[in-house]
Amino acid sequence: MAAAHPHHEGNPRDDMFEYAPAPESRSVVEIAPSYGLFIDGAFDAGKDTFKTVNPATEEVLTEVALAGPEDVDRAVAAARRASGPWSALPGSERAKYLFRIARIIQERSRELAVLESLDNGKPIRESRDVDLPLVAAHFFYYAGWADKLAYAGFGPEPRPLGVAAQVIPWNFPLLMLAWKIAPALATGNTVVLKPAETTPLSALFFADVCRQAELPAGVVNIVTGAGDTGRHLVEHPGVHKVAFTGSTEVGREIAGSVAGTAKRLTLELGGKAANIVFDDAPVDQAVEGIVNGIFFNQGHVCCAGSRLLIQESVYDEVLEALKRRMTTLRVGDPLDKNTDIGAINSAAQLARIRELSDVGAQEGAQRWSPPCELPDHGFWFAPTLFTGVTQAHRIAREEIFGPVLSVLTFRTPAEAVEKANNTPYGLSAGIWTEKGSRILAVADKLRAGVVWANTFNKFDPTSPFGGYKESGYGREGGRHGLEAYLA
Amino acid sequence: MTATSLPTGDLRSALHGLPGVDKVGVEARASMLATRSIKTTAKAQAIDLAIRMVDLTTLEGADTPGKVRALSAKALRPDPADPSCPPVAAVCVYPSMVGVAAPVLAGSGVHLASVATAFPSGQAPLDVKLADTRDAVAAGADEIDMVISRGAFLSGRYDQVFEEITAVKEAAGAAHLKVILETGELGTYDNVRRASWLAMLAGADFIKTSTGKVPVAATLPVTLVMLEAVRDFRARTGRQVGVKPAGGIRTTKDAIKYLVLINETAGPDWLDPAWFRFGASSLLNDLLMQRTKLTTGHYSGPDYFTLD
Repeated sequence: MAAAHPHHEGNPRDDMFEYAPAPESRSVVEIAPSYGLFIDGAFDAGKDTFKTVNPATEEVLTEVALAGPEDVDRAVAAARRASGPWSALPGSERAKYLFRIARIIQERSRELAVLESLDNGKPIRESRDVDLPLVAAHFFYYAGWADKLAYAGFGPEPRPLGVAAQVIPWNFPLLMLAWKIAPALATGNTVVLKPAETTPLSALFFADVCRQAELPAGVVNIVTGAGDTGRHLVEHPGVHKVAFTGSTEVGREIAGSVAGTAKRLTLELGGKAANIVFDDAPVDQAVEGIVNGIFFNQGHVCCAGSRLLIQESVYDEVLEALKRRMTTLRVGDPLDKNTDIGAINSAAQLARIRELSDVGAQEGAQRWSPPCELPDHGFWFAPTLFTGVTQAHRIAREEIFGPVLSVLTFRTPAEAVEKANNTPYGLSAGIWTEKGSRILAVADKLRAGVVWANTFNKFDPTSPFGGYKESGYGREGGRHGLEAYLA
Repeated sequence: MTATSLPTGDLRSALHGLPGVDKVGVEARASMLATRSIKTTAKAQAIDLAIRMVDLTTLEGADTPGKVRALSAKALRPDPADPSCPPVAAVCVYPSMVGVAAPVLAGSGVHLASVATAFPSGQAPLDVKLADTRDAVAAGADEIDMVISRGAFLSGRYDQVFEEITAVKEAAGAAHLKVILETGELGTYDNVRRASWLAMLAGADFIKTSTGKVPVAATLPVTLVMLEAVRDFRARTGRQVGVKPAGGIRTTKDAIKYLVLINETAGPDWLDPAWFRFGASSLLNDLLMQRTKLTTGHYSGPDYFTLD
């Protein structure tokens, strides 16, 4: 019998189970050659345009209007006109629109997922299984609040603020739109939203969803453009509320420009989250959580677990398991259903990731990536980890916003907490241990808006999300998320 | 932890020193891997591999020599219409039926597995279990699928379980020993991991999920935990142990999910009938149906595939 069951030396079947390409069909989404601005319920062409590309191939997807100051004026004016009638609607009527939008998003989720992957570079598995279900869930969730605002704990008759100026990033284009628009509409505000320059398409398709849902004109306006468009929008005297998700640098500028006005402001900014693995952690699931924490969405996640803190007594074991797991990550075509890591969103972001990674190596940290073939065209970066990182390294302090993990160690729970909190940021953190009392004790001491225990990057519309310190202020999601839009 | 070097008296601390398994995490990982999309050439390879991994099983009170002969013939030529279709890995029967299957399978390379040790409950004295094992081997079985005493395991009598496995291993002689953990009765993934290590430490050649006789049989997350166990065990001891999910795997789609699980957990070394088996009966015909679909481009009705 033993002879019939030879122990294989080497891997005779290494090539046995190569997954054949399993591409999602691109034809489920039709991209027009150009897109205008969505103002007052209709698309109109702007004067100038810019191109948006597929970061996986550098192919130009379409041309999009670049909104100038007059365009922003028109959008804000439309939102102001719509504000009165929209806020006067009974909550139950506004809920109907939101429910309708949520259902249309579900119906069109395949189309929107493909579009999101094309424009952003994220794997279709994530846009299909994470982004789109969460987008619909956010609209469903806030639809439910629309007629219950008097019971939300913000007084018996909470009032909307008026017009919300919303500026969102490129990492989760449609999901960040949902986080912004769903609570604003549920509370009776109208919005002017500016999607990121490199990912404007899903917001423009969302405009079409609004038309399909017969949302009254002017309630949602979408202006596309770059930093200048965003600046015109947040500085516009006609808006009552500014909501921004993006870099701490831009957030600081916005806070400065809003200061001294009556505008309300929420900021959701950068992060450098600690993911803490204690020696009694469920190792295999912790490794999954580490991978999900930093390689989900190419690491383009503000709450990414980019600082891994491993207790020294299990350091070798965890690191070995992590490296082994990283060799199974599938990097490549975002539309392939088996891809785990897609393309970096833009050339500029790729340059930033490369720069900081080079700094990491120069400062003496050890760089490691699994063997990994990257496509010739497009923007790509192999999943990377740095060991031998200390608190003094730039890669342990600055947000890289890419698939780059810095690995540090600690000896005691107190040291773990100290190191985790030793950052200007405070958006999220993770704790891995089988000991319930330790979860509670450590979570209590971490200065981070979200603390995950034995999981990471888990989102739910019912759960508030937001930062401490330089990670911003205000909360999105849950009952708490209503507060930012109510007076 | 160096479990293998520990005397059995330390079994408890060895098994309880294994890292825990987070239920939510392991289930999420298994369901993520289940979304892998296996198409065209990869699918064709996967189907043939899955056929070669089937332990074609009948374990019914109603089994008769006629039924077992038919099953054995099918094991040799699963698709009489297509000579390129490989045979299955083994036939799996009750000890009383081993003598019937043996002459049919002799010299074919298809193994003959017998359940033993008071299958499926394991609730019999040790000498009965050993006699059961010896009889099956004497009748021609070259693989023994034994059950552990879940009662002993759940009450923390790890030494007893260990000693039973060692004794059965000895009684089985040259026959390959598969140890059935009956994971559906173990209750937690932590227990699945501990029972896996216990069986491997005691000398199991394979660890197997289930008898197929309790409501919850093989599941993806349970198999994932067992694949992690054999991977870690080999890394620590150098000895490779096989894995056999059994019960409830009925479709090609299911089988391919298991192959993906192997590929991305234990690794390609386990993508071989020597190291992975499916304990199944109706699975084979679905694999054959899908195989025919891939080669001919159309589906054939069930009448075109033989009854077991």
